[in-house]
Amino acid sequence: MNAVTRAEVAVTACSDLFRGQADILASPAGVVPTIGVRLALLTHAPDLMISDGESTILGDVPAVDRPSTTPAGYLPYRELFELITTGRRHVVMGGAQIDRFGNQNLSAIGEHARPTRQLLGTRAAATNTVNHATSYWIPRHSRRNFVENVDYVTGIGTDRARAAGTAARFHRLHQVVTNLGVLDFSGPDSSMALVSLHPGVTLEEIQAATGFPLHSAGPVSTTRLPDERELHLIREVLDPRNRREQEVPS
Amino acid sequence: MTSKVLDAEAVIEQFTDGMTIGIGGWGSRRKPMSLVRALVRSGVRDLTIVSFGGPDVGILCATGQAKRVVYGFVTLDSIAIEPHFAAARQAGAVEAVELDESLLVSGLRAAGRRLPFEATRSGLGADALAGNPHIRTVTSPYDDGEVLVAMPAIPLDLALVHLNRADELGNAQCLGPDPYFDDLFARAAARTIVSAEAVVTTAELTRNAHPSTLLLNRTMVDHVVESPLGAHFTSCLPDYGRDEAFQREYAQSASSPDAWQTFRARYLDLDDAAYRANLAGVR
Repeated sequence: MNAVTRAEVAVTACSDLFRGQADILASPAGVVPTIGVRLALLTHAPDLMISDGESTILGDVPAVDRPSTTPAGYLPYRELFELITTGRRHVVMGGAQIDRFGNQNLSAIGEHARPTRQLLGTRAAATNTVNHATSYWIPRHSRRNFVENVDYVTGIGTDRARAAGTAARFHRLHQVVTNLGVLDFSGPDSSMALVSLHPGVTLEEIQAATGFPLHSAGPVSTTRLPDERELHLIREVLDPRNRREQEVPS
Repeated sequence: MTSKVLDAEAVIEQFTDGMTIGIGGWGSRRKPMSLVRALVRSGVRDLTIVSFGGPDVGILCATGQAKRVVYGFVTLDSIAIEPHFAAARQAGAVEAVELDESLLVSGLRAAGRRLPFEATRSGLGADALAGNPHIRTVTSPYDDGEVLVAMPAIPLDLALVHLNRADELGNAQCLGPDPYFDDLFARAAARTIVSAEAVVTTAELTRNAHPSTLLLNRTMVDHVVESPLGAHFTSCLPDYGRDEAFQREYAQSASSPDAWQTFRARYLDLDDAAYRANLAGVR
């Protein structure tokens, strides 16, 4: 079998985001997290629920670039928003910027009244982060997206949640998976800390790609490789046309 | 009973300067594009546009008619960034009231229910709240004492929505995968105009479809316009999908003032019949 690629390590790390979770909607954004969630479903988390990201809950686990053939439920946006308020969801969002407390910016770069670059807008990031578990997927870890301060807060970080008081008690930032490693919010004052480096990545490399000092408590571990069954599922079942490689080139 | 059917050209008389107009659909899906073109031809200005934004917002920014946009996002779906909206934002040409999607829903729902606000957790700690002095918090009067967002109602002067079918009384049907929030727009508005792929008899609406597909009843609708291809180039399933080639042409029109003028002359400054004729000419 060919050597495990960086994209395959990232897929496995995204799968591991969902360890121990059942009967929640797993909502991944991006190719790698989508494969990761489906890998979790086919291995350690068979009771996750997934949707097509539009209005249908899936009753099957198709390849990442193939449509579902078995609908298992109806989930138009209005029902999705109701589900979000019950907390029974774990989202993996992207972000143009993220800071050490996990504040995310999907909206615009620069001054908000007249941005230098308009992006998508807030979407439901504020609602997601204050209601249920949130993880992030950043496919190109760099100082452009890991910044000291985000220009506009869409999804809220641990500091903002703390300041919002008890009404924000369902806020839970889980982990950030990138093309270089895995991070969580176990650092001082619930700031970002290094969990593991992907094989071949050095501490110096990930720190150089991050616009703030990365905390780590003791020796940093290496992100695990997919086992043989996982590798088979990724390569032959979930992503046989290698879409993952476009998001994380080797 | 009284027919609410309006001729497509008579729609123009419904628009006035300074209106707050809510536009149904979502991104580049089931947008009332025929009604948006009528809005362009009317030439009215200083509009506040409330939308889960797509090319409706982009076009009204490009024509300079939108003074303020109230939105949770603006996207063309298959093209992530709406280029005309982005250009207007980056030029400081339009006032942005950026909300979380769910805050926008709360504001419309409160307006429809004739309430001053809706309590929600959405927006706590986020800049949609911190950056908007018009949104305040409210303290729960119960023992929990939670401080929640009091999303103010977003009352609309006018709502524009496009659905698959309607009858002439103003009952309207959604046969597609998602009603989005079109009913909330209709309820939040003083007046609602529905365009539909086809205007049929009331009996015909449910001949092959469950009554639960009837999204709007006639208490929510003031005018009905028959407009085949009325959501083009956005999707209107199951009648048609998004016209991706046309959408690319639209996006390209943001590349220069000349490109925009060409697009506008060919596809905006004309009535529905001429629009469909121009489409037929190139496809």
